[in-house]
Amino acid sequence: MAIVTRGFTGRGRRDVNLPPGQYLTEDFPVLSAGPTPRPNLDKWQFTVTSETGQRFGWTWPELRALPSETVTVDLHCVTRWSKLGTHWEGVSVDTLLADVDTAADFAMVHAYGGYTTNLPLADLLDGQAWVAYRYDGEELDPEHGGPARLLVPHLYLWKSAKWVRGIELMHEDSPGFWESAGYHNYGDPWREQRYSGD
Amino acid sequence: MTAGDRPLDRDEWVDGNEAAGILQEIFTMDITTARGRCAGCGRVAPMAETRVYDHAPGLVVRCPDCDAVLLTVIRAPDRAFLATTGLTYLEVALPESATSGFTGA
Amino acid sequence: MARAAVQRRLTWQPATVAQVRTETESARSIVLDVPGWPGHVTGQHVDVRLTAEDGYAAQRSYSVASAPELDRLELTVQRVPDGEVSPYLADVAEAGDQLEIRGPVGGYFTWRPEAVEPVLLVAGGSGIVPLMSMIRGRAAANSRVPFRLVYSARTPDDVIYAQELSRRVRDDRGLDVAFAYTRGTPAGWPRPPGRLDAALLAEVGWPADFIPAVYICGPTGFVEAAANLLVAQGHEPQRIKTERFGPTGDREAAA
Repeated sequence: MAIVTRGFTGRGRRDVNLPPGQYLTEDFPVLSAGPTPRPNLDKWQFTVTSETGQRFGWTWPELRALPSETVTVDLHCVTRWSKLGTHWEGVSVDTLLADVDTAADFAMVHAYGGYTTNLPLADLLDGQAWVAYRYDGEELDPEHGGPARLLVPHLYLWKSAKWVRGIELMHEDSPGFWESAGYHNYGDPWREQRYSGD
Repeated sequence: MTAGDRPLDRDEWVDGNEAAGILQEIFTMDITTARGRCAGCGRVAPMAETRVYDHAPGLVVRCPDCDAVLLTVIRAPDRAFLATTGLTYLEVALPESATSGFTGA
Repeated sequence: MARAAVQRRLTWQPATVAQVRTETESARSIVLDVPGWPGHVTGQHVDVRLTAEDGYAAQRSYSVASAPELDRLELTVQRVPDGEVSPYLADVAEAGDQLEIRGPVGGYFTWRPEAVEPVLLVAGGSGIVPLMSMIRGRAAANSRVPFRLVYSARTPDDVIYAQELSRRVRDDRGLDVAFAYTRGTPAGWPRPPGRLDAALLAEVGWPADFIPAVYICGPTGFVEAAANLLVAQGHEPQRIKTERFGPTGDREAAA
């Protein structure tokens, strides 16, 4: 057992409503595995690629013209902070996949800067995931994933890829950046699926 | 927002010296003096001169020339996951000893 | 420091705050008693872990400021406004408090008293800390290797170890110290405030043909700029060792 340091509280607070091992934070920590990409909005594209190679693309104005939703969700980061009641606006992934004819079971999410993360396609559907471009009433900051990030709040936050640029549909599952480096393939915070083997 | 596909000016990284603790925990020797070769661009340099992104779910060590990921470390309470994804080799100084000859027939 | 030579698995060790000392408005030195501490090589750092009563833990890396010593070491911590660990160390910790450390770690940005070549130290802000360990270690080892320190700070009030440095310039033979101020200078200072530039480095540093060992420590931008200036003056890149503390020059990095 670690030594307790008198007078140190840190950022985190225990809270009964949190998944196991998580601490409540009021600020919004910035996590980044590499340089912050800053894609040019004139060239920005969001692409859905089906398992047969069919492509569906949206430019920035096209994405912004799609019907959007505002959602209030809790965020759970695998580094043990949770932030409750965050407000987002974006396009439901259901909307983006509406015209896509697919038999795929899995998805690889791609981001500007090269980041990837994988998840079952079912976890992106039925009102569980968004391509979000506004946070707390403001355009999303680059440091939090702007211009747009994926938001899949029922899984650990590394699945909510910042600077998202596309979804690739796949028959076979394949690990993304953190999933191949040792984090859990699925990442359910309520079952504390942090690391590979958990 | 400014135009251009370039990273922000703000640098979120520290250098490889910062990774000394977590790497020594795994290797039980200092790895920051070891020279690593980047699989992306071929740069060979001490690990101390790499770029470390540690505001992340794990430690991400990148090549200062081409930004390729050289290695990652994820620290769980009771174990660590080391991935030397983008290193073709790590050159580690060792005490001098006679090298063995060819093995096999 | 015989014990330091033994390779051993890195483990967390309990440390007790023995003393705290205010250095500047935003920096404090913290003396730690660490039973069994093997000493360090100057320039090395330690990982510090703080654990709250509810089990929440945060970990950061700090350079050792003191000369190598058994069972005891000293850190100097600059408060980072949004930081998590540094405000505790810079404001809250007091004698008797306990925390955990592991180390010493890092074998690259180090100076050993056996070294014979002249040394140029270039510090930006709190980047002085590991360089001060080298200055103190040099004196403790009775080394006569010529040392020159160029220390860039915002204003004279931001200079850490100001009194000790002026005392050492008087008492430590072969140690020279030059200050460069970026925001405000003392009255009558010959140079206007500004960034460290080639002219100043040429004036107070070693000529490249002395083949000095160079150590640069500070915020990332400062280190890159200083290293580029020195390479342009003919210093071999391989002789320049650098340690970058990140965008703001703090050590509030490791998560």
